[in-house]
Amino acid sequence: MNEMTGDSYVTEDGRTIGGVVMEMKNITLRFGGVVAIKDISFDIRQGEIRAIIGPNGAGKSSMLNVISGFYKPQEGEVWYLGEKRPPMKPYQVARQGIARTFQNIALFEGMSVLDNVMTGRIRHMEAGLLAQAAWKGKAEAEEVANREAVEKIIDFLEIQHIRKTPVGRLPYGLKKRVELARALAAEPSILLLDEPMAGMNVEEKEDMSRFVLDVNDEFGTTIALIEHDMGVVMDLSDRVVVMDYGKKIGDGTPDEVRTNQDVIDAYLGVAHD
Amino acid sequence: MAQSSRAADGFVSIPALLKRNASEFGGRPAYREKEFGIWQSWTWAEAEKEIESLALGLINLGVEEGDFIAIIGRNRPHFYWTFVAAQSVGAIPVPLYQDAAAEEMAYVMAHCGARFAVVEDQEQVDKVIEIQDELHQFEHMIYVDPRGLRKYDHHKLHIFADVQEQGRAAYWEFIEDLKARREKLDYDSICVMLYTSGTTGKPKGVVLSNRNIIESSRSSAEFDDLTRREEVLAYLPMAWVGDFIFSVGQAYWCGFCVNCPESPDTMQTDLREIGPTYYFAPPRVFETQLTNVMIRMEDAGRLKKWLFDVFMAHARKVGPAILDGKPVGLWDRARYALGNLVIYGPLKDTLGFSRVRVGYTAGEAIGPEIFEFYRSLGINLKQLYGQTEASVFITLQPDGEVRNDTVGVAAPGVELKIDDTGEVYYRSPGVFEYYYRNEESTAKTKDADGWVATGDAGFFEEDTGHLRIIDRAKDVGKMADGSLFAPKYVENKLKFFPNILEAVAFGDGREQCTAFINIDLNAVGNWAERNNIGYASYQELAGHPKVLDMMQDHVEEVNRSLAEDSMLSACQIHRFVVLHKELDADDGEITRTRKVRRNIVADKYADIIEALYDGSKEISTTTEVTYEDGRKGSISATLEIRDAKVVPVESRKVAAE
Repeated sequence: MNEMTGDSYVTEDGRTIGGVVMEMKNITLRFGGVVAIKDISFDIRQGEIRAIIGPNGAGKSSMLNVISGFYKPQEGEVWYLGEKRPPMKPYQVARQGIARTFQNIALFEGMSVLDNVMTGRIRHMEAGLLAQAAWKGKAEAEEVANREAVEKIIDFLEIQHIRKTPVGRLPYGLKKRVELARALAAEPSILLLDEPMAGMNVEEKEDMSRFVLDVNDEFGTTIALIEHDMGVVMDLSDRVVVMDYGKKIGDGTPDEVRTNQDVIDAYLGVAHD
Repeated sequence: MAQSSRAADGFVSIPALLKRNASEFGGRPAYREKEFGIWQSWTWAEAEKEIESLALGLINLGVEEGDFIAIIGRNRPHFYWTFVAAQSVGAIPVPLYQDAAAEEMAYVMAHCGARFAVVEDQEQVDKVIEIQDELHQFEHMIYVDPRGLRKYDHHKLHIFADVQEQGRAAYWEFIEDLKARREKLDYDSICVMLYTSGTTGKPKGVVLSNRNIIESSRSSAEFDDLTRREEVLAYLPMAWVGDFIFSVGQAYWCGFCVNCPESPDTMQTDLREIGPTYYFAPPRVFETQLTNVMIRMEDAGRLKKWLFDVFMAHARKVGPAILDGKPVGLWDRARYALGNLVIYGPLKDTLGFSRVRVGYTAGEAIGPEIFEFYRSLGINLKQLYGQTEASVFITLQPDGEVRNDTVGVAAPGVELKIDDTGEVYYRSPGVFEYYYRNEESTAKTKDADGWVATGDAGFFEEDTGHLRIIDRAKDVGKMADGSLFAPKYVENKLKFFPNILEAVAFGDGREQCTAFINIDLNAVGNWAERNNIGYASYQELAGHPKVLDMMQDHVEEVNRSLAEDSMLSACQIHRFVVLHKELDADDGEITRTRKVRRNIVADKYADIIEALYDGSKEISTTTEVTYEDGRKGSISATLEIRDAKVVPVESRKVAAE
């Protein structure tokens, strides 16, 4: 049932996972003489939660940055929706419907939560600068529609009580949630989460896991996430890519990965003989 | 009011009142709820339609007359509609506390044999599914918020809106049946069943008839001249009788609008936006608000702080007198008016109290400073004394006769008496019918003539005739030398300090009185911040020597004030300990309505109590805690025990009045 084909299948908990939406083919990324990613290939399927894990310095964030267009790999190809993607700037990637959050939160600290989330709607705004300033006709209608979409996300992530609070005044866990809200506001087809649970306590992690699952379930968003916490990864994801020193050492369902000897060695260390 | 004359004119049920409101002033707002950042509203005519389609949907699902329908969720129009829809089809609504753990719900739902439940979201659906196997009669569940529930097995699970839709589709099929069922309702039909929180033993199901609810709502609404133009904010638990009376009984009788907050966390913002004219809150809410104001004033600029201090001092002097319409000099009035412009008005606006005409507090004693603060701002805050068994109202404070230490005079239609042990009894049209499936308790509480024991000890003040409550009658004890021991009275005095969240006093049958104290993390934490005291956890802060010094000051001040009371001077606290954890409803130490369960606390912390009496300086202890998801853990700590100064008083034996 869980085979790697282009066809869709249904998971144990009743979600439909579609065909491949994004494929990384033989990606190699170098910084000078340092090889951050070495010849890695994997794919992401429609509607799945795909995790990238690995010890520190394994190249996980580099991989995410390749997907989001921030780094340009020296070798290899990124295929998106069945087409080879030409080299792109991050904003062009974002316009294609790939949204992300950052490991160390990148919000506008002085702006309210509402305004921050509204910035996520930028790809759904067409009115020009002048029209927006005059706030007439199309610009007005557009803002009302965007505000409605944002309010639904605020409701979804249960952050109504901080709607008007400047982000700078919020605790860490809530900032993470606001960042997720902003990424969701773009209505992405693929959502990239860079360590969404880093630095959280158990309760916050549980909340965040709930939201990730709900986003996937409710909007059918494809999610690719990087995470340190093995427990979280194994519970959340459908398939896992394991990286170590820039190489792919495992790829499969959580159960397959868990029993993979290379993965165990990478995480627990291996005796040198 | 014109309405009162029509009391007996056939408005003998809530659905009948709904019909009257929808036909007489159908265009006025009945419900509002903030959703997606906007206040959505429903007029009485629209509410009637919503309720009717839900009622038809319930018949469609097979609800029979006499069925119990559990309602589990926070205050939302949907659940208020469910109350009335259930009544319309002859079923009995049973609201439950939505934060109750699954096993608590299992007891209540099994006890009433609920066949249906209307719940809010996935969290509640999961809880009911968890306990479903223990509930033999349970059949269908209806939920409001579909999020995360799509994949669930929907054989016996329905979306609220779909049930209404099916009801509308089956209109011609069931409307005659619905009309017939509605016609059958009379003053004796059951209006609602409410489970009491139960400080001891299992919760009891209090059955209230239409007569109870409508008579109580009518007379109390007349007492305060409530009209259809009132605005209330519904934010207190729906399972609590007070919310039922305010948001259903009085709202339907008077025809005023019930506003539901967006989420529990936005309550303060929503309160400000609505600006209710009629408001109820337990003392804790007023206390938290005052603490927040004071904390923020500490951080304000010098000029603002000075203005605040000067005008608040003036308000304390003349504010209550102006509110009560007593003579106040012209100069003082002018200064008060100026204060209103620069301080009181803006402050009331921030708190959401600009339009409050009648405000009530009840459930616990309120601190004199807190009470005075709100009254001096010109907010007509009063106290009432009530019980689920009385459909709330036993005594009320009339305008102009408001005091901190009494609970007022008998509410309209209520008779009061005090027996020789000091326990207060009442009789009124609001007196409950019976405890469901518990004849023994019914007989114990309510005698053949309809007199109900409140379980509280109190007395009438001679010159004013106001009732004063001392304590729970069963908690009032005797110390070893025979003098009166009233733990709650002592605890309340302690809790009046903003730094103390909770206190438990011991002393029944003992030589001396001792106490447990819980610090208020908010207030003490802020104080620690201002005084550069570092702490990593609640436990560390609670055990800090400077915090203990502060608590000692508070305890000694309480002792001085107790020494002045001839009846209770023996209750002075000799030794106390600051607990390393907050007393928590999840651990069963307090009820969901935050009343201390003495026996459980005494059992659980027996080692600490022993240390309080054996003279030791400190005690090492390990305590089990329950997390929100039901898992257990434990924390250990070494607690310092302090001696407090007491004021020597001649010991004398006092007989109860």
